[in-house]
Amino acid sequence: MLAESLALSALLFTIGVVGVLTRRNAIIIFMCVELMLNAVNLSFVALSQLYGASGQVFVIFVMTVAAAEAAVGLAIIIAIFRHRQSVNLEDINLLKG
Amino acid sequence: MTFDLNIPSQLMAALLPDLLLMGGAMILMLVAAWKPESDEHQRLVGQGAMALIVGTIGAVIYMMMRGVTGSPGGVIAVDGFRWLVDIVVLLGALGTIALAIEHNRRDGITHPESHVLVLFAAAGMMILAAGRDLMVIFLGIEIMSVAVYVLAGLNRRSARSAEASLKYFLLGAFATGFLLYGIALVYGATGQTQIENIGLAVQKHNLVNNPMMLIGIGLMLVGMGFKVAAVPFHMWAPDVYDGAPTPISAFMAATVKTAAFAAFFRIWYDAFYFAFQGWGLATWWLAVITMVVGNVIALSQKNIQRMLAYSSIVHTGYLLVAVTSSSSLASTAFTFYVLAYTLATFGAFAVVATLQGSETDAPIAEYDGLWHSRPWLAVAMSVYLLALLGFPVFGGVGFFAKWYVLQAAISSPAGLTSLAVILVLTSVISAGYYLQIVRVMFMKTRPEGVREPGPVGGLTRSVLVVTAVLILALGLFPSRLVEVAGSNGFKLYPYSAALDIGRPRLPQ
Repeated sequence: MLAESLALSALLFTIGVVGVLTRRNAIIIFMCVELMLNAVNLSFVALSQLYGASGQVFVIFVMTVAAAEAAVGLAIIIAIFRHRQSVNLEDINLLKG
Repeated sequence: MTFDLNIPSQLMAALLPDLLLMGGAMILMLVAAWKPESDEHQRLVGQGAMALIVGTIGAVIYMMMRGVTGSPGGVIAVDGFRWLVDIVVLLGALGTIALAIEHNRRDGITHPESHVLVLFAAAGMMILAAGRDLMVIFLGIEIMSVAVYVLAGLNRRSARSAEASLKYFLLGAFATGFLLYGIALVYGATGQTQIENIGLAVQKHNLVNNPMMLIGIGLMLVGMGFKVAAVPFHMWAPDVYDGAPTPISAFMAATVKTAAFAAFFRIWYDAFYFAFQGWGLATWWLAVITMVVGNVIALSQKNIQRMLAYSSIVHTGYLLVAVTSSSSLASTAFTFYVLAYTLATFGAFAVVATLQGSETDAPIAEYDGLWHSRPWLAVAMSVYLLALLGFPVFGGVGFFAKWYVLQAAISSPAGLTSLAVILVLTSVISAGYYLQIVRVMFMKTRPEGVREPGPVGGLTRSVLVVTAVLILALGLFPSRLVEVAGSNGFKLYPYSAALDIGRPRLPQ
């Protein structure tokens, strides 16, 4: 089971990375980041079969942090929506050079 | 005395400065919410935050003087390296708040919580400096980053600030994903999260060629590369430093980088020391690419904040040289360097904040002939730029900072003479943009119609004076500081002193 779980976790992580790199909507990018974090959680849980509870403790921390990050991230996305009426990264282009 | 970190009360005692800062920050949060937003209240909370930081620095120095140590295998480190990084981080937070109080007034930001967020970020950084377990380090990075995401978007009326915040958040969260997956794979390869135990497991089972371990180290390197803005993971830095409020840009450029590098050092030297064959070449190339690309792009910048952003990327490259060196001098070089770099960066950003009109960018053309209208600002800016360049005497402590990084590279067991040569050559390129600004400030005439900077506030002035004086004074008398940095160094892998890490295959 361990090898299958780790392979699934790697696959989910890759999907997340590809999503972040190819999509242009800030909300979808953020969802892809969450997918990456949850892929990592799957790895931790799978590995804690071998090594005991510390992997599972790590998962609790990751979920807490992801929740805090979601609160801040969505607030930032709302702030930018108020300025630009869009969350598409192609419209968000004031800073460059 | 030695703290037994398995006993909660002694663990608390070992975390005394951190707990003081966190507890004080929470009380200040309540104070901030107590009254409606106004400029006076913002100022009051800011002063309270500065007092708290000074108290925390006192606690750190007290711990350092007592020479406390921790039991081995603990989740936090109790050593001189931690206290030195704490002091640099707290000085950075102090400078940020001093600049932010006056900058907020000018930009019409009246949220008193902004100063509390700086304290929370500093608390995360202190945890990063102390963390000796990947779990603790992960939490430290997140406590720091989440606070800084908000700080970047502090100016709610500014679309640029919101954009900086969004970019920083998305790329920061992306980087966290990589770091975390790297941690998971390292945990999978070794079964440990405590970094000393990881180091022992790598040594015992000879995991240098274990693919899971190597991929894990690689992914952690990518995550850390994003946090310290190493090329090619630097794309966010110029945009974010440009859009964020200027004091926060200084905080991100100097203090966030210091804290992230402290954790980087500790993980790489304590956990991955024996896997040098696996990561030496990767950090070697990362350092070279960062130094070369950062310097070349910085040459073409027209906006001073973006130029300073690329300059901070370049300094990441210099610090990566110290990481790659794996030398016992590396930690001395690191603590010395980050102190010098923090002073110079805060000074330079304080000048930028003074000269900048609100909500506009800061073109370098505004510095033409500054000597003729504001001579002291021009002199101070020259000191900071020369310190960043590493110029002897006039650049003060900046010269010695670079000197020690070069020494670390040359004394490296891996033989990094080529890296030292590249460092010197790229420093020559950096003279092209640092000295350019010094030149236009003194040599050009002040053009007609250029906006004259407003009066410098008292707090900003004290930041300018303190940083400039410290840079010059420490440059004249560096020996005491080197002594402190040396004796409080990172005890490089105590149980591996006799070990030959082998001659890694690095390009010569």
